[in-house]
Amino acid sequence: MSHQTLKRVDLIFGEYSNEKYKILATTLARTNDDILKDLLDSGLRGRGGAGFPTAMKWRFTAETPSDEKFVVCNADEGEPGTFKDREILLRVPRKVFSGMAICGKVIGAKKGYMYLRGEYKFMVPELQKELEIYHEHMRQLNHDFSIEIRMGSGAYICGEESALFESMEGGRGEPRNKPPYPTTSGFMKKPTVINNVETFVNVLMIMRLGADQYKKLGTTDSRGSKVFSVSGDTPIPGIYELELGMPLDRFVDEFGDGDTKAVQVGGASGFCVPRKKFKDTVIGFEGVPTGGSMMIFNSSRSMYNVLHNYLEFFEEESCGQCTPCRVGCQQLLKGIVAVKKGEKKAVYLDQLMKLSESMKITAKCGLGQSVANSFSSIVNNFKEEMIY
Amino acid sequence: MTDCKSLILELADKYGRERASLLPILQGVVERNNYLSDTCMTDIANELDLSAAQVYGTATFYSFLDTQPRGEYVIRVCKTITCDMHGKKTIVQTLEDMLKIKIGETTPNKKFTLLETNCLGWCHEGPAMLINDTPYSGLTTEKVHDIISEFIKK
Amino acid sequence: MAKKINLTIDGITVAVDEGTTILEAARNLNIHIPTLCFHEDLCVAGNCRVCVVEQEKVKNLPASCATPAAEGMVIHTNSMKVRMARKHIVELLLSEHNADCTKCYKNGNCELQGLASQMLTGDHLFLDLVPDKKYTIDMFNTAIIKDDSRCIRCQRCVRTCEQLQSVSALGVAYKGNKMKISTFFEHSLFEVVCTNCGQCVNRCPTGALIERNYIDQVWDAIYDPNKHVVVQTAPAVRVALGEALGMATGKIVTGKMVAALRRLGFSSVLDTDFTADLTIIEEGHELLTRLKKALVDKDPTVSLPMATSCSPGWIKFIEHTFPEYLPNLSTCKSPQQMFGALAKTYYAQKRKLNPKDIVSVSIMPCTAKKFEANRPEMRSSGYKDVDFVLTTRELGIMIKQAGLDFEELPEEKFDSFMGSSTGAAVIFGSTGGVMEAALRTAYEIVTGREVPFDGLNIVAVRGTEGEVREASIKIDKVKPEWSFLEGVELKCAVANGLAHAKTLMQNVRDGKVTYHFIEVMACPGGCLGGGGQPIPTNKEIRTKRKIAIYEEDMGMPIRKSHENPEIAEIYKEFLGQPLGHKSHELLHTHYTPRKRY
Ligand SMILES: Cc1cc2nc3c(=O)[nH]c(=O)nc-3n(C[C@H](O)[C@H](O)[C@H](O)COP(=O)(O)O)c2cc1C
Ligand code: SF4
Ligand code: SF4
Ligand code: SF4
Ligand code: SF4
Ligand code: FES
Ligand code: FES
Repeated sequence: MSHQTLKRVDLIFGEYSNEKYKILATTLARTNDDILKDLLDSGLRGRGGAGFPTAMKWRFTAETPSDEKFVVCNADEGEPGTFKDREILLRVPRKVFSGMAICGKVIGAKKGYMYLRGEYKFMVPELQKELEIYHEHMRQLNHDFSIEIRMGSGAYICGEESALFESMEGGRGEPRNKPPYPTTSGFMKKPTVINNVETFVNVLMIMRLGADQYKKLGTTDSRGSKVFSVSGDTPIPGIYELELGMPLDRFVDEFGDGDTKAVQVGGASGFCVPRKKFKDTVIGFEGVPTGGSMMIFNSSRSMYNVLHNYLEFFEEESCGQCTPCRVGCQQLLKGIVAVKKGEKKAVYLDQLMKLSESMKITAKCGLGQSVANSFSSIVNNFKEEMIY
Repeated sequence: MTDCKSLILELADKYGRERASLLPILQGVVERNNYLSDTCMTDIANELDLSAAQVYGTATFYSFLDTQPRGEYVIRVCKTITCDMHGKKTIVQTLEDMLKIKIGETTPNKKFTLLETNCLGWCHEGPAMLINDTPYSGLTTEKVHDIISEFIKK
Repeated sequence: MAKKINLTIDGITVAVDEGTTILEAARNLNIHIPTLCFHEDLCVAGNCRVCVVEQEKVKNLPASCATPAAEGMVIHTNSMKVRMARKHIVELLLSEHNADCTKCYKNGNCELQGLASQMLTGDHLFLDLVPDKKYTIDMFNTAIIKDDSRCIRCQRCVRTCEQLQSVSALGVAYKGNKMKISTFFEHSLFEVVCTNCGQCVNRCPTGALIERNYIDQVWDAIYDPNKHVVVQTAPAVRVALGEALGMATGKIVTGKMVAALRRLGFSSVLDTDFTADLTIIEEGHELLTRLKKALVDKDPTVSLPMATSCSPGWIKFIEHTFPEYLPNLSTCKSPQQMFGALAKTYYAQKRKLNPKDIVSVSIMPCTAKKFEANRPEMRSSGYKDVDFVLTTRELGIMIKQAGLDFEELPEEKFDSFMGSSTGAAVIFGSTGGVMEAALRTAYEIVTGREVPFDGLNIVAVRGTEGEVREASIKIDKVKPEWSFLEGVELKCAVANGLAHAKTLMQNVRDGKVTYHFIEVMACPGGCLGGGGQPIPTNKEIRTKRKIAIYEEDMGMPIRKSHENPEIAEIYKEFLGQPLGHKSHELLHTHYTPRKRY
């Protein structure tokens, strides 16, 4: 029953995948205002999950006076079920570097960093080779913007932007208080733009196509295309570039195995959408946002096991500094086990729901704040599975 | 295993002696020695004018910066959801049987260490594992047999 | 003038300076938002989250300690949402906490306990996580006990040790559910670079870091009819003890303290200030001797600058971090150890006591003194010179245990001998005090005149805390025997808090500065801000204690150590002369390098 209904896009991986930095050269010749205007018109929002308008982020950073600024590419991709940044970096690294260089020009930075997760170390030799080519081109263009790779070492939280800066500064990846935001105080406490790998590619493609052309993809709230990482119970797992704003039922039609019970949108920190809600769920910033992770579960799967696995993940990967997240994750995990075993009555789940709500509003960073997403969406929609 | 002092001098010359150099240096030591010994960490602390507890605290934050002795080949099997759904348990069982160690242990000949880890970014081809830096995905019992047999021969 | 920000807190509109946090703004309005990780002396962490408040039009609850006030903000500190969240957070902390308060040293003086009782957490909303944890207690140290099962991971200790002390013996290790406060490789504090300064203990909101207390041992000694228990009290104790007993900050309670000690049953109540004066004589002569060797004999082995050695936290810091500067430390023991050595010799002789029957107890603002008293070097009387060291806090507890109404006690005087002192000794309790006292004496020895400062007050070395202070005194018209010092500009520096001491030593090492004499106190503000002082201690409180100390100095009839009559007496009767044979045996010592981890 799998029939092609979703529009495939070929923006990120397609055209100019081997480009010789042509778009970069022409863009660097444009004025910053001009570039920012295009970005703003395009409606591009960050692809790392939070969906902050990219043009605004860049403009704030450009407007902050400082002797030094930085561009950081977030390639820490640690969200369970996400593997699209790896694919982008393997297939179109030049587009990423170009996007970073454009950012450098706009904000007035001479130095860019790519923070690559330790799990992707095998890619470093290839990326270094590409960087040499990039730097050679920059020399020819007579433009001063160098890029350096920094490695993570196995800590999911380092994908959170301020934790990432702490890590790059040689410390534990503990998220910082906000404000101040990276636009005023990021890496080395200097104004910094940090964007996801895919965001930088989008920037380049907007420069290539123009805002109007780009805007034809997606919906009002979710412009452009998105690279999805599809995994789980699907006959065709892998990487797909699709238009944003698609309804989930069509996605399931195409990618499910005919027996899809639920889809986890946005990874462990995202939402679990049960079958009955597929029809009313839109994938995009107006509906359920995702950094690209789409995990499909069929009816053979125990959603209790799924939640248990997520909570184990969070309990280990929380940085551990703040109370709601460090202890909350442990309580949620221990709590669902106790209910399942019958050591706690089913009503204890309500207590845990309230706790997850408190975690959402009091945790210091996005990790602790988003545990409630999967927790409440799974517990609410699959309560029986939690108890029996 | 390279002598700590000279290795650290080499790494510090390469990456600098700033606090920001700490992670690359720790990573460099692990790449060479598979783990961070206590003397290595105190040497790093002295070289970078940090306290040893700061170096230890940073190292233990990162799951790839081991502070326990590790084998020549560190195997990390993904235990996150999609790999788990696609047979991670069997893979771990196969590895445990072949290497005669449990998760968290190192073979007596110090060749292999078997660990679990979180999502490796190969979920579409799970189950997946890393051996040192190299990912292996789409694992089956047979595939694991082939891979490990090759390593055993090395 | 700073820009003003207008915001509304619980219905009250206020204008605050830009940069003021919501927490500070609320405190100005006398609205008390609970905190745990916040401490006035430290940078903001924002990790405990008990200080969250509700901000209108914002989904999440910002942490008030970490969020600057912004124009037009409308804040509720006690809304339903806030109360629920706060209660959850305290319940979460308790769920991983070994909360058997009745077995805990901090019972009754614990910030977590205080919050728990405020919030009526009796219903235990969540599961007990303690059985899953492998908590350990580090009991090896003679000064400080670290009990992980009572730690709420607020990182105050970590920030203290790093920011105030630049030691970082404690750090945060691991992450997630395994995150903990740890030394290097989880060694005992005894084995690592920890200086035992106790600043972390003073700032720990719970019973996770506490002083090793010797209260019961001291009671046992007091009750033992065969023991003669002498007690000495350090200069900084009398300016802070009142706080531990409900009195206002910055009140000198010397007389009541003496009365209390007598009522507790100590055989003899004496004063460390006496040996502080003695230290000045010995150290002053040592400095002059070193200067002579350097200037006249051109002896290249003489180590200058000479550094004070009264602060055992500082000593251990040097042993670990700057071992090459050990020869620069004055060989003088600290006043506590001088006192201890004399208690079991001079005092024993004079009082016709067998030294083995003497138990020598000291009351100190300091936890490092506990470690110092247990050093193997400190047995020159043939016995352990100081048997038990109690902090100001422990004395406070003993006074409460004895049921004394401290405020109502009469003012009494120290016993004599070894009970009289001078203003110079009193100011030992503050940063710069040793320097000032030493200069008052040394200058006069050399020139026969008083130091050329108004009212003997060498204000330059007092200054404010948190910086390295420098002073220089031109020495002229010297007495004939000191002619080599004619015209010499004596250069001095003073530092308090080991972070500043580290800067000072690095500058000395790098040759950026040259001094003849430096004074270092390990604790911020000097001993008055010691790790054994009442909790809380913060900058505002230290300032009040400091003012009190200098007032006390001004009020003393004698303000120069060499004019203390008992000092003249002890040289005549017992020691002979400064730096003499007996002095060397009893009052001087040396230290050894230690590993740095
Ligand atoms: C726990 C956590 C993990 C994150 N991991 C990533 C990541 O792996 N990659 C990423 O691009 N953004 C990640 N983010 C989001 C970043 O903090 C940041 O918002 C993003 O890099 C901004 O880029 P964008 O505006 O291009 O999306 C994470 C956030 C949180 C709270
Ligand atoms: S929410 Fe979790 S990951 Fe974020 S700061 Fe708090 S403990 Fe760390
Ligand atoms: S630390 Fe506080 S709450 Fe914990 S047991 Fe001690 S007194 Fe009770
Ligand atoms: S006693 Fe002082 S040196 Fe030791 S851990 Fe505490 S603050 Fe650090
Ligand atoms: S030991 Fe005390 S100060 Fe340190 S983190 Fe634990 S509770 Fe906080
Ligand atoms: S779940 Fe195993 S690689 Fe992602
Ligand atoms: S006091 Fe504000 S977060 Fe701890």
